[in-house]
Amino acid sequence: MSFITQVFTLAVFAVFVNNFVLSKFLGLCPYIGVSKKIDSALGMGMAVIFVMTMASTFTWLIQEYLLLPYHLEYLQTIAFILTIASLVQFVEMVIQKTAPALYKSLGVFLPLITTNCAVLGVSILNIQEGYNFLGAILNGLFSGTGFTLVLLLMAGLRERLEKSEVPEAMKGMPIAFVIAGCMALAFLGFSGLNF
Amino acid sequence: MRLFQEFTKGFIKENPVFIMALGLCPTLAVTSSVQNAIGMGLAATFVLVCSNIFISLLKGLIPGKIRIPCFIVVIASFVTIVDMVMYAYTPEIHKSLGLFIPLIVVNCIILGRAEAFASKNGVIPSIMDGLGMGLGFTLALIVIASIREILGAGQWLGMNVMPAAYIKSPMLIAILAPGAFIIMGLLMGLINQMKKKQGA
Repeated sequence: MSFITQVFTLAVFAVFVNNFVLSKFLGLCPYIGVSKKIDSALGMGMAVIFVMTMASTFTWLIQEYLLLPYHLEYLQTIAFILTIASLVQFVEMVIQKTAPALYKSLGVFLPLITTNCAVLGVSILNIQEGYNFLGAILNGLFSGTGFTLVLLLMAGLRERLEKSEVPEAMKGMPIAFVIAGCMALAFLGFSGLNF
Repeated sequence: MRLFQEFTKGFIKENPVFIMALGLCPTLAVTSSVQNAIGMGLAATFVLVCSNIFISLLKGLIPGKIRIPCFIVVIASFVTIVDMVMYAYTPEIHKSLGLFIPLIVVNCIILGRAEAFASKNGVIPSIMDGLGMGLGFTLALIVIASIREILGAGQWLGMNVMPAAYIKSPMLIAILAPGAFIIMGLLMGLINQMKKKQGA
């Protein structure tokens, strides 16, 4: 398989087949919480793509050059969550200094990302699946893209939902879950893809 | 009497899953069987009680500005302990929960209780709060997992509960990802309806 084909396969699998939200149940809190408006969904999505790519890069390096040589694999959870927390803090400071406009649109979402399980999830999965360095970075990037895609779709649906008649008890979160279920059903169709 | 209230509020009135909608990822991911649900619930309860104890003991020592990273380190240590213990004694459950054991670290219920309760209260109320919330979480997981396992496999905790014809061709979707979302949505709707009736 050529390099391009491999990258393409990885992208299709990460975005559609093994979508983080709909088939792995990771990152549900922002998926339900920040999907009320398209604008904020886009901001959150971009921040998640960025942090997931960075986190994949750094956690892979830490695993390979710090945990493995010193046989500290059992400290993986602690090391990764600390890396992610400090990374998010660092990214927040850099963006605030260098790109104030970007900070204004992303700023509020950044602290939330530390506790987004998709970020820690992708870091641990990269190690479990045995990706190489480039594979880990690409997997982080594409998984984040998949998350953003379903977040945007959901935000679009929920903006329309505002105007429709929903039974009183189902308003808000319950109906959002049922819609997510229908979306997951559609994405289940992609699992038939075989390369 | 107040202690007892701290203990029972997590079951229904402030149920972390159904009422406060916290910890949704593990709730949907591990409820494809009742066995997994119990394993996850107890693991999270253990972490919750231990981190509540330590955080309520350390609350005077932790500076306010960096409290969240400190909480996360305390929680991550207990998650690592649970991970190792489960790997040693219940390897099957450890394997089927997989990724979701390390992800207990980012479960918002635990950080939420640390921030909202343990960092402001003494040790004994914090233990009761942790136990109650943890068992409330376990209870919610068991409810969802029971519905999904009975509908999707015709079984409950591995025992056949539906007629043989149903088990042969069950409602498979309840076990798959879409079923988790839909059942969760319907359950939340049902609880809203019940609350509304009680209030009226």
